[in-house]
Amino acid sequence: MTPASRVVADAVPGSSKETPILKVDGLRREFGGLVAVDIEHLEVQRGAITALIGPNGAGKTTAFNLISGFDTPTAGTTWFDGADTSGISGHKLAQMGMVRTFQLTRVLTRLTVLENMMLGATHQIGEKPWTSPLRFLWRKQDAEIRERAEELLKRFKLDHVAHEYAGNISGGQRKLLEMARALMVGPRLVMLDEPMAGVNPALKQSLLGHVKNLQAEGMTVLFIEHDMDMVHEIADWVVVMAEGRLIAEGTPDQISNNRAVVDAYLGEHQGTSFLEDA
Amino acid sequence: MNWGLIFSNATYVALSSSAAAYALIAIGINVHIGYTGLLNFGQAGFAAAGAYGMAIPIATFGWHWSAAIASSIFFAVLLALILGAPTLRLKSDYLAIATIAAAEIIRISMMSVRFTWFTGGTDGKKGFSKFLVDANPFGDTRYKFFSQSVNGYSLFITIISWVLVAIFGSLVYFMMRGPWGRTLRGIREDEIAVKSLGKSTTTFKMQSLILGGVIGAVGGIILAAEKQSAQPMEYGTTLTFFAFTIVILGGLATARGPIIGAILFWFILQFVDNVLEQVARNKLAPTWLVSGNNFGQVKFILAGFALALLVIFRPQGIFGNKREMSFDSR
Repeated sequence: MTPASRVVADAVPGSSKETPILKVDGLRREFGGLVAVDIEHLEVQRGAITALIGPNGAGKTTAFNLISGFDTPTAGTTWFDGADTSGISGHKLAQMGMVRTFQLTRVLTRLTVLENMMLGATHQIGEKPWTSPLRFLWRKQDAEIRERAEELLKRFKLDHVAHEYAGNISGGQRKLLEMARALMVGPRLVMLDEPMAGVNPALKQSLLGHVKNLQAEGMTVLFIEHDMDMVHEIADWVVVMAEGRLIAEGTPDQISNNRAVVDAYLGEHQGTSFLEDA
Repeated sequence: MNWGLIFSNATYVALSSSAAAYALIAIGINVHIGYTGLLNFGQAGFAAAGAYGMAIPIATFGWHWSAAIASSIFFAVLLALILGAPTLRLKSDYLAIATIAAAEIIRISMMSVRFTWFTGGTDGKKGFSKFLVDANPFGDTRYKFFSQSVNGYSLFITIISWVLVAIFGSLVYFMMRGPWGRTLRGIREDEIAVKSLGKSTTTFKMQSLILGGVIGAVGGIILAAEKQSAQPMEYGTTLTFFAFTIVILGGLATARGPIIGAILFWFILQFVDNVLEQVARNKLAPTWLVSGNNFGQVKFILAGFALALLVIFRPQGIFGNKREMSFDSR
């Protein structure tokens, strides 16, 4: 971890960061009478790995959906890379460099693994109905995309299943494919919704390595996770949500000793600190 | 039983311009449901938009045929926009409801007595085919085709229609082979995932709806051209479901599926029809089962039964990929 990637900020909810890539102001989402998300202010440091944690129902995934344009907030403003991105739809945000994955993997089952990857490349010349039949227009670009896809598949150890239908690969491989596919978009911010949920320990380690790699390549990572060990191992900064609000922010160590965080988890973990023995 | 006659009749129908028109309509449906996963149950509406979009401008307003064909395509595009704009952001079920209703609205409006001067009513719209009759190089001579004979005009329309099938069939093949087709197939599998990769899925779905609709409209034009009359009853739900049968028979999401499917469908239907007719005439089966009055209906019962068996035992159709069909996409 390079010192530059470390987050310099106060350990209070909504603290300002040196060079934020993402800023959220007054973000609110109501479902009828229920307030699912109510974030006063949040900044995510560029180049850092930030973990978003919190008990079940804290509104983490909803916040993800709001930030990534997959759900519309009741109120609030978001900025990505200095630009106001409120109300911009998910596909445009992806084109701008903010890519997300999903808690339940969404691979395209009846496309091959390679096709899944190649579909992820943006600004494809052949993506118009009138250019698609004219192969000579996109042939060269498609070959480059294919090369990049194959390289990524090799890195994620999926090259041997490149020509399998994505519906035929295992759950763990699907997690890897989804992460690799997100990289095809060429993102600056990668948002991972529980990337390690439901995978075996060996694969967890390899996923962890991949996430660290993203940072080494200059990407910013924001991820939702439950496993505090994982958070300790890779996160530079932790943001804690409970009942839709931000209740704490800080380095993993600061969070482990934070009274408010321990209290938030207490309902589920009968007196013992979930954060210490997880 | 005169097997020679039966085969000759069935082959004649399988290669007729009707079969070609159904092939085109099925190619359009294949773009929607096979490649993009759009549930369009109103393909007959697009065919009707094509037929009337050409027939009315020529017959009522005296337009040049080229302008009339442009109008026909314009109305197919317009129909796609009207149907797609409110429904494509929603789940696919809503498009299905909108399309089936729109197709019926179009058909019933065309049959309306009040507008008979304009639409031709139940008799159909006539008086637009002069440009085709004039262009026919085969004249009035009758040509032999095994035990059938074809007149020059039918032969002309048949050739044009199969050429159109070849053109649109290969166009769809090449479009689907490229990155655009790849994205459509992605949308068929999981729209949200494709959206998360930076694709405007609504735009892609609209493009697909327009493409398939326009190809369906061309099929509708052929149906009107071969009879020199746009018949409202031709564009009912039966047309849509025959086209569905054709696509499933040939194999969803394959380029040749709808073409081979149309040929086979009409061959089988005519074959069964002729066999039953001869069975009835020669009293080879009990009359409560097959008689001269009911063999037309029995034909469709058997065809429906065959389709049910096909879907159960060979869901991928004749050319479809078994592996591709072996897992559920949702």
